[in-house]
Amino acid sequence: MIPPTFDYIRPSSIEEAVSALSQAGEDAKVLAGGQSLMPLLRLRLAYPDALIDLDRVESLRQIRSENGDLFIGAMATHHQVVRDPLVLEHAPLIAKATATVADPAVRHRGTFGGSLAHADPAGDLPAVALALDAVFVVRSVRGDREIPAADFFVDWMTSAMEPDELLIGVRVPKLGPGWGAHYEKFHRTAQAWAIVGVACAVRRERGAIEDARVALTNMGPAPVRATEVERFIEGRSVSENSFRAASERAAEGTEPPGDLHGSPEYRTHLARVLTARALTAAAAV
Amino acid sequence: MTEVGKARLRSEDARLITGRTQWTDNLQLPGLCHVAFLRSPYAHARITRVDVEAAKSRPGVLAVFSGQDFADEQGSLPCAWPVTEDILIPDHPPMAVAEVRYVGEPVACVVARDRYAAIDALEDIDVDYQPLPAVTDMEQALRQSSDLVHGDLGTNQCYRLVVESGDVDAAFRDAPVTVERRYMQQRLIPTAMEPRAVVCQPDGDEFTMWSATQVPHILRLMLASVTGIGEHRIRVIAPDVGGGFGSKLQVYGEEVLLLLLAKRLGRPVKWTESRSEGNMTVHHGRDQIQRLTMAAEADGRIRGFKVDILSDMGAYLMLLTPGIATLGAPMFNGIYKMDAYSFTCTGVFTTKTPTDAYRGAGRPEATFGVERMMDELAAELGLDPLEVRRRNWIKHEEFPYTTITGLTYDSGNYEAATDKALALFEYDKLRAEQADRRERRDTVQLGIGVSTYTEMCGLAPSRALAQVRSAAGGWEHATVRVLGTGKVEVVTGTSPHGQGHDTAWAQITADALGVPFEDVKVLHGDTLIAPRGWDTYGSRSLTIGGIAVHNACQKVVEKARKVAAHLLEAAETDLDYANGSFSVRGVGGDGASMTLAEVAGATLSAHDFPEGVEPSLDSDATFDPENFSFPHGTHLCAAEVDTETGFVKIRSYVAVDDIGSVVNPLIVDGQVHGGLAQGIAQALYEEAVYDADGNLTTTTMADYLVPSAADLPAFVTDRTETPATSNPLGVKGVGEAGTIASTPAVVNAIVDALRQHGVRDVQMPCTPERVWRALREAFGEEPEGPGGAQPGAGGGLGSAQGDQEGGQG
Repeated sequence: MIPPTFDYIRPSSIEEAVSALSQAGEDAKVLAGGQSLMPLLRLRLAYPDALIDLDRVESLRQIRSENGDLFIGAMATHHQVVRDPLVLEHAPLIAKATATVADPAVRHRGTFGGSLAHADPAGDLPAVALALDAVFVVRSVRGDREIPAADFFVDWMTSAMEPDELLIGVRVPKLGPGWGAHYEKFHRTAQAWAIVGVACAVRRERGAIEDARVALTNMGPAPVRATEVERFIEGRSVSENSFRAASERAAEGTEPPGDLHGSPEYRTHLARVLTARALTAAAAV
Repeated sequence: MTEVGKARLRSEDARLITGRTQWTDNLQLPGLCHVAFLRSPYAHARITRVDVEAAKSRPGVLAVFSGQDFADEQGSLPCAWPVTEDILIPDHPPMAVAEVRYVGEPVACVVARDRYAAIDALEDIDVDYQPLPAVTDMEQALRQSSDLVHGDLGTNQCYRLVVESGDVDAAFRDAPVTVERRYMQQRLIPTAMEPRAVVCQPDGDEFTMWSATQVPHILRLMLASVTGIGEHRIRVIAPDVGGGFGSKLQVYGEEVLLLLLAKRLGRPVKWTESRSEGNMTVHHGRDQIQRLTMAAEADGRIRGFKVDILSDMGAYLMLLTPGIATLGAPMFNGIYKMDAYSFTCTGVFTTKTPTDAYRGAGRPEATFGVERMMDELAAELGLDPLEVRRRNWIKHEEFPYTTITGLTYDSGNYEAATDKALALFEYDKLRAEQADRRERRDTVQLGIGVSTYTEMCGLAPSRALAQVRSAAGGWEHATVRVLGTGKVEVVTGTSPHGQGHDTAWAQITADALGVPFEDVKVLHGDTLIAPRGWDTYGSRSLTIGGIAVHNACQKVVEKARKVAAHLLEAAETDLDYANGSFSVRGVGGDGASMTLAEVAGATLSAHDFPEGVEPSLDSDATFDPENFSFPHGTHLCAAEVDTETGFVKIRSYVAVDDIGSVVNPLIVDGQVHGGLAQGIAQALYEEAVYDADGNLTTTTMADYLVPSAADLPAFVTDRTETPATSNPLGVKGVGEAGTIASTPAVVNAIVDALRQHGVRDVQMPCTPERVWRALREAFGEEPEGPGGAQPGAGGGLGSAQGDQEGGQG
């Protein structure tokens, strides 16, 4: 298919990009790796006036330690993230979830920041960012702003960013020793989106779960934190029974969608089954 | 024989894999214009007005036409298979004029200087539709009260065909066991890697069309008959074509319209579809409701089998639409003996994309039906599914065997194929594991699925086609030319679109003439170069076209023998021909032998030539088979079913196929692997879904799930070789066997895993949710809410509707 016409702007620095975004107005779109936006354009489901292509903004590709946190640049590709030693050490959940994204070709082009800013509840990374209490760093001509993950995902494909704001990167608090992580993705084919996904990190101490972070993919218009599960499991023993009991609470407060691949009630069921599995896998580490 | 049987790498692959070939869409011609089609967004509506003026005035736009503009010229798309005398065949204009009957039907078209301008201009065409009721359910469509797809026909029933053999009533009367089931064959979208593409170039009153088609010869014939342009003024070229699976065995409206546009504008025109456009408008496959009843003795021997199916035609009849389901008529009996059989098929119109051939065409549906029923019969009797099959199948010593449906299976060895498959599969070990998992109440249960299939292919003996009222012929043609240097050109009427004829036909020729493989060039796919043929589909190319090549080579040798005898001053009967050389029997040394190249050189100059012999070694052969080809085999599938999520994972898959003698085992393995992938895809993944308003909701590959290698197991393939007796090479077709055999093997495995809980069927595709629901229902825990997944937004791309807000993708 052929996309509708648009202006094309290719800045080479963050400042140029922010300035272009400010001038281009509400109907501009930022192009990162293009793995979600290009299909939308080609199917004529999106009609932006202008595309601002970040491909030449090299400084957005960095992954580094910053003030004790991990900072992942918005334009770091999935492929880069999966292999990055800092990510593997301090945020293995991100590496594990990213490795399940689509296929190698998509992972070579698709970006960490692009998938998050796209705010698709069926994407794998939003739930991961939510589970890890990541902080989104955005910039506009008006200055910098930090948005906690809990506030970032507002609605279906809608983030808390203003139209003139650019996602620079994401700060992820490092998980210390004792943490285990797992992303349990359920999909019909390897390249399909998750019907439901569970992002999970737990800290074990002496046979009990001391701390748990659980967030769900595709269980509502935005990724959702399974707070009831977290609350229940914290302090309980590492056992199949406690994981099962906790996971019974997985769907509380969710609004699962219904589509070709799963009805709301099936997703509710899956959320429970997969949460138990995610807890078990994360705690086994 | 040195070449036949060799696992040669395909000579066409280097150019295909490296992209150094010319697909239709790559073709550039001076002054080439681009065409885009506006398609109906309604399943059923009256067209009350089409305003093309705004679109015409856009920059780069050369012309815009509605269906009305071609109403006098475009004719009606052909249906070449009127299966009954009283079949109803509605008018099928290539571009809709007054009424649209499926979403995606062409309504108008733009011709522009580039694709961008053409597609942009579509948005400026203004069409007024008066919506009419959609007809989406076959059973509903047959009720008296139903809305009609074609008002003028007065019914949605296209035809009804009944075939009976034996005393069916007697077979069912007092039968100790009767099994009755209702199965659904979901609608599928053939997904060739290369989308459809057409280029048409006018030259005065003559036209050359390049099309990504399986059937250049049929296309030329039909373009001529639809448009009235002389067949001799149309040349059709099928360059390298990236797959078809039946979807390019068609005469599409777009092909007719490109020809008419080239004629009207006097300029070359090109059209290439997008994937989502193709999903709506490439003919679909399968879509059948099967009501099956089997009567058997207490020991499992079949007495009778009643088949009653509804087959969805879609909105119109295309080239073979009505005939596809009827290919099941002689096939629902499978490899089994029985006393009586009846087959009833009702063709039904709906407001959906027309259906037609999709890999297997009629035989996958039949094989699914009978192989599922054999498992159900086994379960009913408490017998091993293989044991029930053994008690019913035709024994090796009984061949040739005339079945209850009147076909004569020439050869087969079901025992040998089954024994080999069982050994490779480790059947007993898997059954033990299955029992163990059951006992442990493991979350993941194991199921074993059997499919002992046969199919009829090599379409077809021309007389058999006449008997079933098909308009086509079934022969195939070949020309073999020996050039002056001894190199060989082979012209075939088959038209490969991925099958590897360049390689396989050269192997056959190399052996038949005793020349090196490298000395053979295979030509095809252009009506100027290969003027005669019936093209490629129905696993016919080797068993008919390959035999024509073989026979033409024999004629070449006989012609050359006359020349060699003259030059060697020997009697023809004293000459032996081996390894590309004639030699006088019993005489050694120089001057007692002559190579084919030497004979060819002597023929070229014709200076010293036998009296009354034409100076040419070139030979033609046309082969019309006396019978179909009946490949068979035993496929075994082990599936792990996660009883918590419903997810099905194929643990192992063994396919032992008997396709007779093998020309190239590597090509055969490729055919089997691809076939299995497509058959498994029907069992687990693919489904074209329409909503109640007749909208296709699976227009992208985010919603229509085609599996990749990552979703499939490593296949174990092997063969037994029972030569066909109906052709001189002993070969059988293999192009569709894998697809035909595998679907029931997978579903049988799933049901086998869950039968302990009372599950008797899972509707295809066996999605995780359907498996989960089947279990819940068996446990008496009816899930709340409406049953099954509903059409609607999927994740990500599939959910891309409405406003696109602030994203950076």
